[in-house]
Amino acid sequence: MENMGIFFALLGASCSALMSGIGSALGVGKAGQAASGVVTEDPSKFSKVLILQLLPGTQGIYGLLIAFITLTQIGLMGGGSSDLSLTKGLLYFAACMPMAFVGLISAIAQANASISSIALVAKKPDQFGKAMIFPAMVETYAILALLISILSVFGISSLSI
Amino acid sequence: MSVLPMERVLICGLKKDRKAILELLQHQGVIEIRNTVEEDEVFGRQDKVAASTTFRRNTTLADQALAVLNEHAPEGGGLLAGLDGRRELSAEEYETRVTKRDAAVKAAQEILSLEKEWSETKAEIPRTESQRVALEPWLSYDLPLDFGGTTATCAFTGTVPGQLGLPEAEALLAQYAPDAQDVDINVISSSPEQTCLFVIAGRKHEQQVREALRRMNFAKPPIVSAEPRKAAQELDSRIAELKEQEKQLDGKIREDVKYRDDLRFASDYFSMRADKYDVLSSLAQTRMVFLVGGFVPQENVGQLENMLTSRYDVVFETEEPDPSEEEIPVKLKNNAFSAPLEGVIESYSLPHWGEMDPSMLVAVFYYVLYGMMLSDAAYGLIMVVACAVALKKHPGMEEGLRKSLKMFLYCGIATMFWGFMFGSFFGDAVNVIASTFFGRPDIKLPPIWFEPVGKPMKMLVFCFAVGIVHLFTGLGAKCYMDIKAHAIRDAIYDVVFWYMLVGGCILLLLSTSMMADMFSLTPLPQQVGSASAVIAVAGLIGIILTGGRESRSWVKRILKGLYAAYGISGYLSDILSYSRLLALGLATSVIATVFNKMAGMVASGVGAGVIGWILFILIFVIGHVLNMAINAMGAYVHTNRLTYVEFFGKFYEGGGKKFTPFMDNTKYFKIKEEN
Repeated sequence: MENMGIFFALLGASCSALMSGIGSALGVGKAGQAASGVVTEDPSKFSKVLILQLLPGTQGIYGLLIAFITLTQIGLMGGGSSDLSLTKGLLYFAACMPMAFVGLISAIAQANASISSIALVAKKPDQFGKAMIFPAMVETYAILALLISILSVFGISSLSI
Repeated sequence: MSVLPMERVLICGLKKDRKAILELLQHQGVIEIRNTVEEDEVFGRQDKVAASTTFRRNTTLADQALAVLNEHAPEGGGLLAGLDGRRELSAEEYETRVTKRDAAVKAAQEILSLEKEWSETKAEIPRTESQRVALEPWLSYDLPLDFGGTTATCAFTGTVPGQLGLPEAEALLAQYAPDAQDVDINVISSSPEQTCLFVIAGRKHEQQVREALRRMNFAKPPIVSAEPRKAAQELDSRIAELKEQEKQLDGKIREDVKYRDDLRFASDYFSMRADKYDVLSSLAQTRMVFLVGGFVPQENVGQLENMLTSRYDVVFETEEPDPSEEEIPVKLKNNAFSAPLEGVIESYSLPHWGEMDPSMLVAVFYYVLYGMMLSDAAYGLIMVVACAVALKKHPGMEEGLRKSLKMFLYCGIATMFWGFMFGSFFGDAVNVIASTFFGRPDIKLPPIWFEPVGKPMKMLVFCFAVGIVHLFTGLGAKCYMDIKAHAIRDAIYDVVFWYMLVGGCILLLLSTSMMADMFSLTPLPQQVGSASAVIAVAGLIGIILTGGRESRSWVKRILKGLYAAYGISGYLSDILSYSRLLALGLATSVIATVFNKMAGMVASGVGAGVIGWILFILIFVIGHVLNMAINAMGAYVHTNRLTYVEFFGKFYEGGGKKFTPFMDNTKYFKIKEEN
């Protein structure tokens, strides 16, 4: 049982990469279907719809970011693994949760906004600037979750429990 | 820097110069036509819609023909061809090309009819092929398929579903038509799907046999009056013929590639003429004179007047337009630093008439914010070099694209700046390369300021500070506009009170030990705290009292004021929104680090020799291209968001109508000015 600390920390890191990754994969996939539909009609809109398609992809990157920072902090990447108390491991797990859940759900929600924006660009290509903002609004919440996860992960390392 | 002042211009010319004057105006492209003179007994209008429709149809024809040519003989040139912009044509070239315009339209019609024939031929091939396939099971049958028998016998040719052998078929027939004798059944071919039968019987049993076959689901063969083998041969040669024809037609269309240039010119020429005729229909004219009215930017008025009065007998009048009467079109003019941002502003909305041009303010922060989000010196360097080379190599580039590239050039410079400040060059590539290949883990690129990964709280505070400056600048812009409009009170109520409230709150928070601990700052002295509390409360009271000043009743006013004061929560979320600077900045550098680490691990795994270098470079290049692309895009999207939502939310209204001059609206050629 004394090694459970590292297990929970790793579980947190994995969840963060896993769930955000799932969300982004689903999101980018759905938006991609909409985007290719537009391109069949008008190939010149490719670059515009590509940007809109990629917008829900950032959650996966944020998840990876948290996972990576956690792995470095607990010593799984670079440097031998340090002893991790169970409490600390659980703390790391908790710290990863905002990114994991918000990443998963916001990516899917953002994909829906992206799909609508792709439809907008299909009809009015000159409104691309505005179309880009709607999905970006959703991303704010992924960023806020990322922020809390980052701050928590960095904060835990300085605790002496 | 500014929204260009406009003049209302009225030109009165002789009808004999009408065409020349309109052409000059179109070529100069500085006037937005807006005719206000009403029709009455003196002035009438000429309907030229039919002519302009014909011209537009010609343009469409040429464009369609061009699309056909592109399909059959795609033009090379690759991705970078789009950077070149429209080709320039001198006045003489223009004249010689004009003579070829009708030939081009004829060529377009010919190309389109060839295309129609080609696609019909192409569609017929699979149709013929399926007929040919249907004959396949009948090839060993040597009678015409519609052979019906002789005087004494009747013959049935057709298929039944499923695979039947001769005995089974005979058994079935005997079962369904027990009385029929002298029936001869031949199985032509059989496959699991169907069996082809040839049944011959005496005339007297015709009815019975027909009935029996019907019960066996007997179906007629493909309708061919010839023998199957012969018919198949005919079809084969037909297919070959069609294929040959398709090839020939394709070749013919390809040959017409020589018209491509003429078609492009025709497309441009006719769309220009159609525009001109549309304007012509809107002109007020009498028997001898005509009137053109419109908006001209003040800076172009003098030149235009000179040109017109020196060449033609015209009366040129100008007057100050009245914004309360009509919508004045908006054109922005900026210096090299802020002009690239005009596109960003336009895609939000142009300033309405009388509003300030926000380009300069947007530009300063746009570059800084973009740089903070991408924040890698090497990525910045790549952007700068790529944009600079593209700009240098393609001098004829279209204005919009040129502006975007310039914008990314400046963004790249800012990215380099922040990259060095935060010590990121391809992430930590310097350190990884030094330690993997040269055994010197002590070498690294030191940040000029600090490393955000090491001190995220410090970075967060800095991001919020940048955010506060950004928001306060926006508020300041509102103040400036209010003062310019002599609404000093509005400036105090809507801006100064908010400065007091938000600024006071921030100082107050910073003086508490909790906040100071959180951000590891030394708390501000207690006196500052109390003073700022007083300021904040004064601001708050001011807002509550004035926030609803348009209401008459005091109760309503206070309630509305309280609601306005609730806007402080908006400021909280606006400031928090700037945490994306930290998030995106970290994303770039951490993911770069991940790729470096992967490359380093693989390279040291195989030993740091030549193979190590190759693998390292491979992973390094793929990883960084990916990271740069995704993060450059993310930075672009989020810089736009911070500008549109947080910054513009504080002062900018927009809603201006873009200045759309009457000009040479061409797709392929730019006609150079004469003399």
